[in-house]
Amino acid sequence: MDFQYLFELLCGGVVKGSIYALIALGYTMVYGIIQLINFAHGEIYMIGAFVAFIVAGVLTLTGYSGLGILPLAALIAVIYAAAYGYTLEKIAYRPLRNAPRLSPLISAIGASIFLMNYVQLVQTPDFLPFPELVPDFEFLGDLTQFMSSVDVVILAVTTVTMIALTVLIKYTRIGKAMRATQQDMVMARLVGVNVDRVISATFIIGSVLAAIGGVLIASRTGQINSAIGFMAGIKAFTAAVLGGIGNIPGAVLGGLVLGVAETFGAGYISSAYEDVFAFGLLVLILILRPAGLLGKAVKQKV
Amino acid sequence: MLEVRNIQTYYGNIQALKNVSLTINEGEIVTLIGANGAGKSTTLMSICGVTPPRHGEILFRGQPIHHLGAEKIVSLGICQVPEGRHIFPQMSVIENLEMGAYLRQDKAGIKQDIEYVFGRFPILEKRRNQAGGTLSGGEQQMLAISRALLARPSLLLLDEPSLGLAPLIIKHIFEIIKKINSESNTTVFLVEQNANQALKIAHRGYVMENGAITLEDRAENLLSNEDVKRAYLGM
Ligand SMILES: Nc1ncnc2c1ncn2[C@@H]1O[C@H](COP(=O)(O)OP(=O)(O)OP(=O)(O)O)[C@@H](O)[C@H]1O
Ligand SMILES: [Mg+2]
Repeated sequence: MDFQYLFELLCGGVVKGSIYALIALGYTMVYGIIQLINFAHGEIYMIGAFVAFIVAGVLTLTGYSGLGILPLAALIAVIYAAAYGYTLEKIAYRPLRNAPRLSPLISAIGASIFLMNYVQLVQTPDFLPFPELVPDFEFLGDLTQFMSSVDVVILAVTTVTMIALTVLIKYTRIGKAMRATQQDMVMARLVGVNVDRVISATFIIGSVLAAIGGVLIASRTGQINSAIGFMAGIKAFTAAVLGGIGNIPGAVLGGLVLGVAETFGAGYISSAYEDVFAFGLLVLILILRPAGLLGKAVKQKV
Repeated sequence: MLEVRNIQTYYGNIQALKNVSLTINEGEIVTLIGANGAGKSTTLMSICGVTPPRHGEILFRGQPIHHLGAEKIVSLGICQVPEGRHIFPQMSVIENLEMGAYLRQDKAGIKQDIEYVFGRFPILEKRRNQAGGTLSGGEQQMLAISRALLARPSLLLLDEPSLGLAPLIIKHIFEIIKKINSESNTTVFLVEQNANQALKIAHRGYVMENGAITLEDRAENLLSNEDVKRAYLGM
């Protein structure tokens, strides 16, 4: 057995999976609180990548260098995406809060199509080359046979982001309000939680994570277009379901499992079937463990 | 202190409260009894702003509150222990208590109040780091009451606190309710199926049938009222 090749695939899978996880968190957090699959989440990710692309373009013209541009471009992308996520919830979902469950779902699909076409119209339907913002790190040495500099940045950023998210949810006031709302919305209101604000915050946080994912993937693949949100959205959604929709550690695990499974499938069998492995895995899990890897079968104590 | 005037509450097109009026004075324990489906829980949820009334008004200390959001009403000092306890299942006992104090900023006071409820319910202190969803029914009820106390309410609404509990625990819970009322001068509005016990600790009582109040009197009078005896006291 070729261990070097195996390790290479594993690294690639983990890098890919960590970004799926980042986007999957947005699906799972929103679902956990309002039981809605936010189909437009992939478009938020795409918008994040586009904003970073534009900012990076402008900054490059003004003479900044790569690694200085990345954080600034990412920051502005995050702010834009947060604003889009917040507005999306206000316009497309909040008016339907008490409607039958199918209505917000249809609204979500509509919002997704709208945003995709909007970016296509005001930008372009063509693929655009995303600038190389991460220089080759000298200190990686032999590690480069497994991971590029971009991959290292991706792993570092996703790790830090997830730790920050964990701290936010566990210890901050808004984090506690989010958990309370997710576990029992009526009771959360009865202790004084402003549920509307919690829902807005959830969309903002999810959008921030998606935008970070968008910038990272774009840096890795080197190109973007207005349709990238679709596939990334479906993959991340798959990851969220894989881990157990509504379950935050589940989204991370689901993302990693999906990324690794895809990379192994592509590396050992055929890269033409990469997506087949992803969705085949989803079907398998849904048959064997319908609630997902970490999801619990619904049970309630009265 | 609280005045409910002719409220009508709906779930979709189903009218749950037809015409409910009641008054609660500062310092009282007032109980609301009635059969299943009479509209008792809906009355509490209407007061708290979770299912706001479509018509009528609710005044708290003279100010209208029926148009306010639930979180605003809590901040005025009206807290509810809802039917079925509604413990946050994946939060620990301590976290559940802290959620009760969600709107408070005084860390020291909160800590002191947690010590106070631990004194009242020592079992909760033993279970302090256990997930709320894994507590027994009685423990959950104690936690639900304690969580409401953490908000330092001036008006405490309790929805069937004795539901599903063993007689000994019920006795303990009613004693505590009485103490809460007399020691910290908390006004209590108590919904109960256990009419006998409720009327024994209450000052006044209301009887509700099919979404409307049908009887109001001093508790001791209700205890000896023949209709009440037959319908709610099983005598
Ligand atoms: N969420 C809801 N949707 C529709 N109807 C409801 C809802 N909640 C309550 N109702 C109806 O409103 C009426 C009053 O219900 P409510 O829960 O207030 O009664 P209750 O007096 O608290 O009864 P119990 O003693 O069984 O708790 C009932 O007819 C009930 O079916
Ligand atoms: Mg009830």
